[in-house]
Amino acid sequence: MEYHAPETLGDALDILSRGGVTVVAGGTDFYPSMRPGGPRGDLLDITRVAGLRGIARQAGGWRIGAATRWSEIARADLPRAFDGLKAAARKVGGLQIQNAGTVAGNLVNASPAADGVPPLLTLGAQVEIAGPGGTRRVALEEFITGVRQVALDPGEMVVAVHMPEPPTDAAGAFCKLGSRAYLVISIAMVAVVLGRDEEGRIDHARVAVGACSPVARRLPALEAAMIGARLEELRIDPAHLAPLSPIDDVRGSGAYRLEAVSELIGRALREAAHG
Amino acid sequence: MDKRLGMTSFRLNGTEVEILPRPGERLSEALRDRLGARDVKVGCNAGDCGACTVLVDGAPVCSCLMPAQQAAGKTVETLAGLVAGEPLARELGRRFEGQGAAQCGICTPGMMVSAVALLREVPEPDERQVMDALGGVLCRCTGYRKIIDAVMGHAPGAVVDAQGHTRAAIEKLDGRRKVDGTEQFGDDVAPADALVIRVVRSPHAHARFTLGDLDGFARAEGLDAVLTARDVPGLNLYGTIPGFIDQPVFAEGVARFRGEAVAAVVGAPDVVARFDPERFPVTWEPLEDAQTIPEAMAPGAPLLHEGRDGNVMCGGFVAHGDVEAALERADVVLEGRFETSFVEHAYIEPEAGFAQVVDGRVEVHACTQAPVMDLDTLETVLGMDRSRIRVVPTATGGGFGSKLDVSVQPYLAIAALKAGRPVRIAYERTESMQSTTKRHPADMTVRIGAGRDGRISGLRFDGLFNTGAYSSWGPTVANRVPVHASGPYRVADYRAEAKGIHTHCPPSGAFRGFGVPQAAVAQESLFDELADTLRIDRLEFRILNALENGVPTVCGQVFEQGVGIKACLEALRPAWEAERAEAARVNAAGGPVRRGVGVAAGWYGCGNTSLPNPSTIKAGVRGDGQLVLHQGAADIGQGANTVIAQIFATALGVPVTALELVGGDTDVTPDAGKTSASRQTFVTGNAARLAGEAMRAEILQRANAGPEAEIVLREAGIEVRDGDRVQVIDLAALEPDAEGYVLRVAETYDPPTKPLDENGQGVPYAQFGYAAHLCVLDVDTRLGTVKPFKFVAAHDVGHAVNPLLIEGQVEGGIAQGLGMALMEEYLPGRTENLHDYLIPTIGDMPPVETLIIEEPDAHGPYGAKGLGEHVLIPTAPAILNAIRDATGVQMQRLPVTPSRLRAALKEAGG
Ligand SMILES: Cc1cc2nc3c(=O)[nH]c(=O)nc-3n(C[C@H](O)[C@H](O)[C@H](O)COP(=O)(O)OP(=O)(O)OC[C@H]3O[C@@H](n4cnc5c(N)ncnc54)[C@H](O)[C@@H]3O)c2cc1C
Ligand code: FES
Ligand code: FES
Repeated sequence: MEYHAPETLGDALDILSRGGVTVVAGGTDFYPSMRPGGPRGDLLDITRVAGLRGIARQAGGWRIGAATRWSEIARADLPRAFDGLKAAARKVGGLQIQNAGTVAGNLVNASPAADGVPPLLTLGAQVEIAGPGGTRRVALEEFITGVRQVALDPGEMVVAVHMPEPPTDAAGAFCKLGSRAYLVISIAMVAVVLGRDEEGRIDHARVAVGACSPVARRLPALEAAMIGARLEELRIDPAHLAPLSPIDDVRGSGAYRLEAVSELIGRALREAAHG
Repeated sequence: MDKRLGMTSFRLNGTEVEILPRPGERLSEALRDRLGARDVKVGCNAGDCGACTVLVDGAPVCSCLMPAQQAAGKTVETLAGLVAGEPLARELGRRFEGQGAAQCGICTPGMMVSAVALLREVPEPDERQVMDALGGVLCRCTGYRKIIDAVMGHAPGAVVDAQGHTRAAIEKLDGRRKVDGTEQFGDDVAPADALVIRVVRSPHAHARFTLGDLDGFARAEGLDAVLTARDVPGLNLYGTIPGFIDQPVFAEGVARFRGEAVAAVVGAPDVVARFDPERFPVTWEPLEDAQTIPEAMAPGAPLLHEGRDGNVMCGGFVAHGDVEAALERADVVLEGRFETSFVEHAYIEPEAGFAQVVDGRVEVHACTQAPVMDLDTLETVLGMDRSRIRVVPTATGGGFGSKLDVSVQPYLAIAALKAGRPVRIAYERTESMQSTTKRHPADMTVRIGAGRDGRISGLRFDGLFNTGAYSSWGPTVANRVPVHASGPYRVADYRAEAKGIHTHCPPSGAFRGFGVPQAAVAQESLFDELADTLRIDRLEFRILNALENGVPTVCGQVFEQGVGIKACLEALRPAWEAERAEAARVNAAGGPVRRGVGVAAGWYGCGNTSLPNPSTIKAGVRGDGQLVLHQGAADIGQGANTVIAQIFATALGVPVTALELVGGDTDVTPDAGKTSASRQTFVTGNAARLAGEAMRAEILQRANAGPEAEIVLREAGIEVRDGDRVQVIDLAALEPDAEGYVLRVAETYDPPTKPLDENGQGVPYAQFGYAAHLCVLDVDTRLGTVKPFKFVAAHDVGHAVNPLLIEGQVEGGIAQGLGMALMEEYLPGRTENLHDYLIPTIGDMPPVETLIIEEPDAHGPYGAKGLGEHVLIPTAPAILNAIRDATGVQMQRLPVTPSRLRAALKEAGG
C-alpha cells in the first residue's frame, strides 16, 4: 500500500494504469465512505498534478481543471451564466468542504444530490478524460450513468470540465432546498440559465434538477416551452417534469420533491431574470 | 514530499515537522497522535462537525478529510499555534471568554480557527459573513449567538467583579483553557503508547450470534487481546436504576439492538487502524425484530426481557381529583395525539477515555456526567472492591444526559486489567450514535377540558415511550412525565399515565428534560387549540390557568412561595402583543410566506423524583493559605465549576478568585451526585453554601469575631477584620491533615422530598423551575420550510447566580428545542451520522432575548433554582404554536420537516 502524489499527468496515468489504485482529490467524499480498516490499495493524490487546477477562458469556452476547489469557483470572475454554478459552489457543505472539495470529485462521486451537476448541465459541460488511450471528451449527461456510476474506464481519470461560451446576456441561478442552513444535502435543487431578447422573450433556456432522479436531469420539454415565452406567462405542467422520478427518503417524500421542484424552478428563473 | 522515503514534512505552527503517515492516514490523526497537537478535536471524522478545522496555507479545512501527506510543503496552523503566535487569535479568545462563547469547549478550536481565517480577511465582519465562515462548524451547547457576538466583537456579556459572588455575570473560571487549546477532553489524556480498543457491534437489530476462534483471530491480526462477555470479571450487566440493571457490557448470544457491543479488540494503534470488523469471527442469525411501539406491543411480538410482558418496562401514574367528571362538566373538551422521534444528544465529543493500572488499582479517565455512578458500575462489572478503582473525569465535551450512563468505561477498565498496559478508546461518531442513549420517541394522547370562563376542567394524558432495548433512565422518564404533563398550571382534576416500551432500538435514556419536553409538546399544543375554541387570547389563557403559590400541583404538593410561572408568562406580554401586531401587518400583504407567533410554557422539578440525591462539597485551607474547593459536580459545559464556586465564595465571604478548584476525581473529591435533573445549582449549590458557611463559622469562631467580620486569605495566615479589630489566624501553627489542609469542611445537602403514593400524590421535588418561550417565525407555505427568527425566553431561576451562564443555557437549550421541533430524527440504520442526522447550524439559530425572573425558592441556595432542562421544554411547542399561528395547521408529529409540513398544508387545502 502506497501513497502517490505525482506532479505530472503522465506519472499519474502511469500509476493509475497499475490497477487497484484509488484517486483522492479533496478527500471530502473519499474519507466519509472509507471502510473501517482503511484503504485496501494504493492511493493516488492528484492535487499536485500540474494543469489540473484553475479556471481559464479558452477558444470557444471555459475550462475548469478537475482538481479546482469549490471555493475557487465561488470567487472566480465568470460570466453571469455561471452564477448558478457559483451559487452551488457556495452551497457545497460549508467553507471547510468548499476549500477542499473539487469539481471532478463531485462528478465522479456521482451522488444524486451532487450540487455541482445541475449547474454544469445547464452550462452544457463536457468532461475531459485522460487515460491509456489518450484523452476524450464526454457530455456530462453521458458521463454520469447512475447512482455512484460514471463512464470512466480502468486507468482513466478526469482532467477537466469544459463549457462552451454562454450567450452574452444569459444569466444563471441555483436554488437549493434543504432542512437547515449549512452543511446540508439537498432535498432538491434546481439550476437554470436564462437568456431573453430585447422584448423580454426567452431565447435561451436551460433548466436542470438534482436529487429527484438517480442522476440530475435537464428538462428539455420545459426548456422548449420556454423559448419565445415571457417569464410571467410561463406555466410548469407535470409533463415538463416527466424526466424526474423522485423517491421517498429521510429527507422528504417523492411527491413533496416534485411539488417543490416546480416552485424552485420559478424562483430560480425569477432570480436569474432579476438578479 | 520525498517520494522515496514516504516522509511528509510541513510547517506546523511555525515549526518544520516531518512524519511518516500510513497511506490513508488523516491529517487530524497525524496532528493529534504523531505530533501531539491535541488541540485539534475530532467529532465525526467525516467533515460534518468542523471541530478538526485547521488552516492549511491559511484556508480552513477539515483535517479529518485531508490525507496527511497532502500537507507536504504547506503551512498548517492549529488553535494553540494561532493563540501563541497571533495577537488576533488571543484577542478572539478573550472575546470568546467575555461572551461565554465556549461552554464545553469541544467546538471552540474549530470555531476559533475558522474565525481567525475570516478576521484576517475581514476585520469587521457582518453577521452573514460570520455565519458563512462558521457554517461548517457545529456547536451543540451554545446556540451559536454568543459565538457570533464574540467574532463580531460585540460588547462582552461578562462583567469584571472583584468578588464574583452570586448575581455577578463573571466569566467562567475555567474558560481560558477552552480558548487556548489546552483543555483536555476524553481523547486527549492517554499516553502516546497506549493500546487502542475498538468495539465490535451488531449490524442487526435482533440477532443470535456465535463467536468463532478468537485466539486464532487475535494472533492472525496481531492483536493484544479480544474481549467478550467471558472477560467481564464481575457482573456482565449495568444500568442506572435499581431493579432495572439489565444492559450487558458485551451481549451474550443475542444482540437486541443495532450497534450493541458483542466484543472488543485491543491492540497497537497501527494494528487497530487496519482492523476491519467484517473480518471478525462472528456468525449472525438475524431474528424477527420490533422497533416501534405498536410492533413491540403486538400479540406474539418477540419479548426483549423475561418477566416484562408485552415489552412493558414499567409505568408511571399520577391521579388527582376526578378527571372524568371534570371533563364531563367542561364546556369544551379537545383531544390530540402527538408523536415525537428518537433524538440524539449529538454532543460534539464522542465518548472517549483512557485507563491504566497503577499499584494494582485501575484508573479510568473519561468524559462523564456522573463520576461516582461510573465508579458504582465499575465496582459491580469488575467485581472489585471500590477502593481499588479510581475514576477521574476529563473535561466533557457536552453530555445533555447521555454521559450519565457508562459507555467506554467498562471496556477501558477490563482492557487495562487484561492487557496490563494503558489503553484508550474513542468512539467513532457512528458507534456513538448507534450505541448510546436517545431521547424517547413518544406517542401521546391528551384530552383537556375547559369551562367557558377559560378555566381548565380536567386533563388526561396517556403516553407510550419507546425505551429501546435496555432500561437505562427509562423508568425515570416514566415517572417524571405524569408528574409534569399538566404543565405549570392549576389542574385540579388530572390523570396521567406513561409507560416505557422495550423495542429493538438503542436504549432511550436521559436527555435534557427526561420526557417532559415531549409531554409539553402535546399539552401546550392543545392549550392553543383550546384557547382558540374559547376565543381567549392564547397567552392570557395560560396566565389565567397558571399555577400559583398556595395552589396544589397535580401531585397535591402546595408551594407557599417560589411559583414563578405567572411572572414568566406576564414577562412575555409586551413581546407577544408587539409581535402579534407585526405579524398581522406582515401577513396582510399576502404572499406565500406567512409569519406566526407562538408561546408555550414549562416547568421542571429539580433533583431526583422522590428519591434522595445528596451532594457533598469539601473545601480546605492549606498551610500556605491557599483555599481549595473540591467541586465534584461534573461541569459538562454548563458552568458548574463557576456557579458552585461563586456560591461557596459568597457564603464564605471571599473573592471567587481566591479558590483553587479540584474536580471530581473520586480519590480526593466527595460525591456531588450526577449532573442531571437540573440539580447541580440547587443541590450541590446548597452543599457549597453550607460548606462555605461552615468554614466561615469556624474561622470566625477561631478569631472570636462577629458575624459581619471580613475574611482575607493571606499566605501568612487568615486575616479576620471585625470593625477596627484585626485578628490573624496563624496557619503555620495548625497541624495539616493527610491532604495538607489545616482547616477543612465537608457539607452535604439532600433536598427534602416525600415518596409518591399509588396515585402519585406526595412531594416529588423540593423545588420547581419555570419557563415560558415566545417564538416568531416565517413559514414558506409553498416549500413547507420554517425559519424562526426570534425567541424571547422568560425563565424563573429564583436567584440568578450567574446571568451570563444563564443566557448561555437558555440559548443552547433553545437550539436543541429548535432541532427537536424542525429537523432531528434518529432512525437506526439510516441517520447514524451527523451528515444525515441534522442538528441546527449557526445559520439556523435566531437571536434570543432572555428575561430572567427571580422568584426566590425557599430551598434553593440564596433562592436559586435549577435551569439546565427548563430551557428546552417550552421551545418545541412554542415553535409548533407559531407554525399553527402562521398557517392554521396543527402539526402532530415531530420533527416538522419541510416535507411533512407541506403535506399537512396541502391536506388543509393550502
Ligand atoms: C460535510 C460534507 C458536506 C458535503 N456537502 C455537499 C453538498 O452540500 N453538496 C454536494 O454536492 N456535495 C457535498 N459533499 C460531497 C463532496 O464534498 C463533494 O462531492 C466534493 O466535490 C467532492 O470532491 P473531492 O475532491 O473532495 O472528492 P474526493 O473525496 O477526493 O473524491 C471523490 C471520488 O471521486 C474520485 N475522483 C476525484 N477526483 C477524480 C478525478 N480527477 N478523476 C477521477 N476520479 C476522481 C475519487 O476516487 C473518489 O471516488 C459534502 C461532503 C462532506 C464531507
Ligand atoms: S472531525 Fe473533522 S469534521 Fe468532524
Ligand atoms: S461549546 Fe460548542 S459544542 Fe460545547
